[in-house]
Amino acid sequence: MTVLANSSLGKGKRMSFDIKTAGPAIALILLCIIGFLLNPAFLSEGNLTNLLTRSAFIGIIAVGATFVITAGGIDLSVGSMAAAIAGVMIIIMNSAVETLGPGLATVLLGCGCSIVLGIGAGWINGMLTTKGKIEAFIVTLGTMGIYRSLVTYFADGGTLSLDFAIRGTYRPVYYGSFLGLPIPVWVFIVVAVLGWFLLNRTAFGRYCTAIGSNEAVAKYSAIKVDRVKTMTYVIQGLCVSLATIIYVPRLGSASSSTGVLWELEAIAAVIIGGTVLKGGYGRIGGTILGALILTTIGNILNFTDLISNYLNGTMQGLIIIIAVWLQRGDWGKAKAKTN
Amino acid sequence: MLDGQSSTTLVLEADRISKSFGAVPVLFSVSMGIRAGEVHALIGENGAGKSTLMKILSGFHTPTSGRILFDGEEAILPPDGGAERLGIVLIHQELNLAEQMTVEENIYLGRELTRNGVLDRETMRSKVRGYLDDIGLDISTSARISDLSIAEKQMVEIVKAISRNARVLIMDEPTAVLTEAETALFFRQVEKLKKTGVAVVFVSHKLSEVKQIADRITILRDGQWIGTKDADALSPDAMAQMMVGRELSDLYPPMHEVDVDAELVLEVRNLYSSSVRDVSFDLRKGEILGFSGLIGAGRTAVFEAICGLAPIESGQVFFEGRETRFASVAAARDAGVAYLTKDRKAKGLLLDKQMRPNLTLFALPKFVRRFGIDTKAEDKAMARAIRRFDIRARDPKINVGDMSGGNQQKLLLAKIMETDPQVVIIDEPTRGIDVGTKQQVYHFIAALAAEGVSVVVISSEMPEVIGVSHRVVVMRDGQVMGVLTGDDINENEIVRYAAGLKREGRG
Repeated sequence: MTVLANSSLGKGKRMSFDIKTAGPAIALILLCIIGFLLNPAFLSEGNLTNLLTRSAFIGIIAVGATFVITAGGIDLSVGSMAAAIAGVMIIIMNSAVETLGPGLATVLLGCGCSIVLGIGAGWINGMLTTKGKIEAFIVTLGTMGIYRSLVTYFADGGTLSLDFAIRGTYRPVYYGSFLGLPIPVWVFIVVAVLGWFLLNRTAFGRYCTAIGSNEAVAKYSAIKVDRVKTMTYVIQGLCVSLATIIYVPRLGSASSSTGVLWELEAIAAVIIGGTVLKGGYGRIGGTILGALILTTIGNILNFTDLISNYLNGTMQGLIIIIAVWLQRGDWGKAKAKTN
Repeated sequence: MLDGQSSTTLVLEADRISKSFGAVPVLFSVSMGIRAGEVHALIGENGAGKSTLMKILSGFHTPTSGRILFDGEEAILPPDGGAERLGIVLIHQELNLAEQMTVEENIYLGRELTRNGVLDRETMRSKVRGYLDDIGLDISTSARISDLSIAEKQMVEIVKAISRNARVLIMDEPTAVLTEAETALFFRQVEKLKKTGVAVVFVSHKLSEVKQIADRITILRDGQWIGTKDADALSPDAMAQMMVGRELSDLYPPMHEVDVDAELVLEVRNLYSSSVRDVSFDLRKGEILGFSGLIGAGRTAVFEAICGLAPIESGQVFFEGRETRFASVAAARDAGVAYLTKDRKAKGLLLDKQMRPNLTLFALPKFVRRFGIDTKAEDKAMARAIRRFDIRARDPKINVGDMSGGNQQKLLLAKIMETDPQVVIIDEPTRGIDVGTKQQVYHFIAALAAEGVSVVVISSEMPEVIGVSHRVVVMRDGQVMGVLTGDDINENEIVRYAAGLKREGRG
């Protein structure tokens, strides 16, 4: 299943096919080489671990976003959703300390709430787009505003801080490791593998692709379009809640600036990875690479004085545009519009 | 060749026009003269070449051979609607109006009057008011098109044409979507136009209306010119006879007889849905039931409602003796009822995917083993389908959108048949495919029925319905006009029912 639709020459097809699938991997390797040349410490074990851990948040959310986008939708609310879930988690855990104590029970309660909230928020986005027949862009723009203002309200304009007693219990979820890899990286790996299997090996994944490719065909092919689309938002919500669960112990707080612009980073990771924005073709592997590429850029800028760290956004923006331009695959074939 | 006084001025004339699309000829040396101030009807079966002729007369197509005469002089009409400047306006069936703009804005779209570089709204408004009053249309100049009825929209199109000084107005089935009252209003406007010397050419399948409004009638059949007659000289029945009249070749397979005692697989009673009114019919095991009628007669709507694609308003559906109402396409599929769409590019196949995912999409639950899709089983199904349906693709990895229409249709058939349905509804089984593939499709349908599968064939091509069906249901305006059996299945009878000239007693 290749993205490129029409090029009729078998040879040209094979060529661009390779560029398209291998592109993100090549880009990541190039970035690593550049990073190493600028500062050999880039490839140190400590930095690589740090890089992977940092990638986990965006990466996990982006796996969910791959489903939404493949099925022809979009979810702009994920950053605000993460902030709101983090806020509610902290409030619930803080108030549970009294009864449950600062132990594992409280943390599990918080995590459970996070998952329920994530699934619920995703379900709301899904129902509004399918049953409510409102465009996904509008729905999630609305819920994005709602979740963001909710966390500001809960924090009364300031910061919600996790009870210090709980922090000790919860801390290993972000800072601990297992078999040499940090916990967030394990979560990332598990989510990625499950996501890959779901998208590439199950009927559900096939349905997502079919709906994104042509919703009418999907409907006539006995696919419950509304249900599948809603499920993609639920998966997105679940991914956001997982990312939030590993994010909260990192700082132990949530405020109105938590998760700002995560939605754009997640969408960027998906697109860099080769998933088509208008739907019908999705690549989990590409999404993972996309998330790693975005984090790597920031990391390299931290390592060198060549470009100001403040230009991180500029570099990410350039990479996104270049990646999509390369994926169009019609560069070098200048013509089309010139009759 | 033209009856009547040939001295009357011809505004526009087609002289021995032929047209081929690629290697497919659609018009053979057709001539048609259009006089100023006449209403000239163009009739013929679907696929007779009417649309092509209209498009040639308005410059949207160029003829492969033959001449177009405009005001008696040979002319090459400017393409893409440029002929409007000469006064030749084609009004398409799907109207060409900007829905969110006002009547006034639409009429002056693309040639707005300006004064000092600013829109001169006042002049435009008063002019449009004048046009609307002339034609007797009581709507506001600032009404939005989306708020108008279809008839009013049609009038706006006509006003737009008049405002461009149209001399020849060509309309594709203008009354197809109008109610009787709207049609009457429309005809009054046409009479007015006629008096001002405008020539009106229109296509219609409603023969009684043609009789009522037309001065002259040109009949096409299979791309051939059959005749041009004064309307006074032709009865609707005579028109129908001229439209049809062709022998069926062995394109169609021999039909096995259905056992009269065969069980009823599908019974539909008094079905109502959005464009279906009080439809009842039966389908027996192993029977091929044809559904004939004009485009928009509600045939597709009946089966979309039955298969869970559109809501049923009221009525009963019995499947294998039990009352059923399929809540979704999946429910219909699981019960053994499958609908094959007529719109294979927009609703049938994923054009940007390969054959395999397309083949198994409809029957995908069958291919699931322990949560995952069994790709080996998919491959086997693909190999089987290629053999069974003779699908010829140069490369199995090719995108379906790059395959020929015939191969796409075979793949679509294969996709539907993957579920082994007991009832298959095939909507326009041979639309846009070559004659060789058509024959394969017909033989496949006959073989299915012989195996005991019940098949519904919805088709706008009459020879096809006649050639493959055991019985034929004819629909018009969302209702069943009659059910034909045996020797009654012929084009004359079908046309009479479809055109509303005849209707079976209800009972």
